[in-house]
Amino acid sequence: MSPATVIVVAVLLIAATSVRGGEIPPSERRSGFSFMTPETQAMQNDDTANPGMLWVLDGEALWNSKAGAAGKACADCHDDARASMKGVAARYPVFDKALGRPVDLEQRINLCRANHQEATPLTYESRELSALTAFVAQQSRDMPIMTGDDPQLAPFIAKGRALFTQRQGQLNLGCANCHDDNWDKRLAGSAITQGHSTGYPLYRLEWQSLGSLQRRLRGCITGIRAQPYDYGAPELVELELYLMSRARGMPIETPAVRP
Amino acid sequence: MAPALINVPRKAKRGEIIEIKTLMSHIMETGYRHTSTGEVVPRDIITSFTCRYNGAEIFRADLFPAIAANPFITFFTVATESGKFDFEWIGDKGFSETASAAITVE
Repeated sequence: MSPATVIVVAVLLIAATSVRGGEIPPSERRSGFSFMTPETQAMQNDDTANPGMLWVLDGEALWNSKAGAAGKACADCHDDARASMKGVAARYPVFDKALGRPVDLEQRINLCRANHQEATPLTYESRELSALTAFVAQQSRDMPIMTGDDPQLAPFIAKGRALFTQRQGQLNLGCANCHDDNWDKRLAGSAITQGHSTGYPLYRLEWQSLGSLQRRLRGCITGIRAQPYDYGAPELVELELYLMSRARGMPIETPAVRP
Repeated sequence: MAPALINVPRKAKRGEIIEIKTLMSHIMETGYRHTSTGEVVPRDIITSFTCRYNGAEIFRADLFPAIAANPFITFFTVATESGKFDFEWIGDKGFSETASAAITVE
C-alpha cells in the first residue's frame, strides 16, 4: 500500500469508529437491566428474591415512625406513601426555590427532616436514608421518568451535561466516552451499559448493599482516577439531573438489582 | 427487627413439590477485614438457618463467612398437609430472627 492509501484507510477507519459518537437516539436507549444475565434479571423481577425490597420494608417502617423534636412521622404530613409519593421519584431531582438549585430525593428527605420534623439529617448511604429513599422511589416503579420539565432546571441540566462529556482524571475520560460512545462493548468482563439511572437506589451485588446514584457516580469517577465530589455536592446533583433527563420516558425500576 | 422476605405458595396439592424462598437482611461481616487503622472488623454472620413444617424440621443450613450479605436460601419440600412453616435464623452477636408462613394443602 502506498502511504496515501494508508492515510485514506486510516481516515475511513476513524470515521467508521466514530459514527456512533454523541448522544444515544431515543429508539436505541436500553436500561442496564437488558445487559444483565437472565438470573440477575429474575432476581430483580421477584419481590421476594430482590434484596432491595429489604430496604423498602425498612423504609416503610421509618415512614410511619416519629422522628425529631417535632415528634412527626413522614406519614403525619404525607399520609399513605402509596398515593402521595406515586410518581414523585420520576420527577426528581427538582428545582428548590428556597435554595435556588436542584435537590435530589435524598436531599429532599433531609430537608423535610430539618424543616418539618426538626430532626438531624441522615448521613448519605446510611441504612435509614437508603431505606426511606428506596421506599419513596419504589412508589414510582414502572412510571416513566419525567425529570426536566421545569424551565428553571435548564441551566443545571446543561452543567450536568458538560460534566458528563468533560474528560477528567488520570485516565482522561469523560462519562460519555464509555456510556454514549462505547456502550455496546465490554470493559474486561463487564458490560459497559448506557448509564441510564432508572433504578436508583439499587441493590448492587458488588456492594452487597443498596446504594444511591451518587455512590455509583463516585465509584465511576474514582475509576477514571479523578477526585470524586463529596456526597451532596452540587456537581453530583447536576450530573444526576442530567442523567435523569437523559433517561426521560424510561420506566423507573427502583429497587433495581445490578451486578 | 431485621426484615425478612418469605415466598411460600399459599395453596398446593397434596404430594406436590413446592419451592420455598427466603431472604434475610444481614450484613454477613466475614471477620477477615480490617479497618483503615488496622483493627479487625469482628465477625458478624448468620450461623444457622432452620425451617420447620408443622413442628418437624425439614431443612437446616449452617452458614459460613463466605456467604454473601442478605443470604437468599431456597429449597424444595413436599406439601403433605395444611399448616405452618416456621423459619429461624441464628447468628453472631445474639442475632435471632423468626418468621412463619401458612400453607393450605388440598
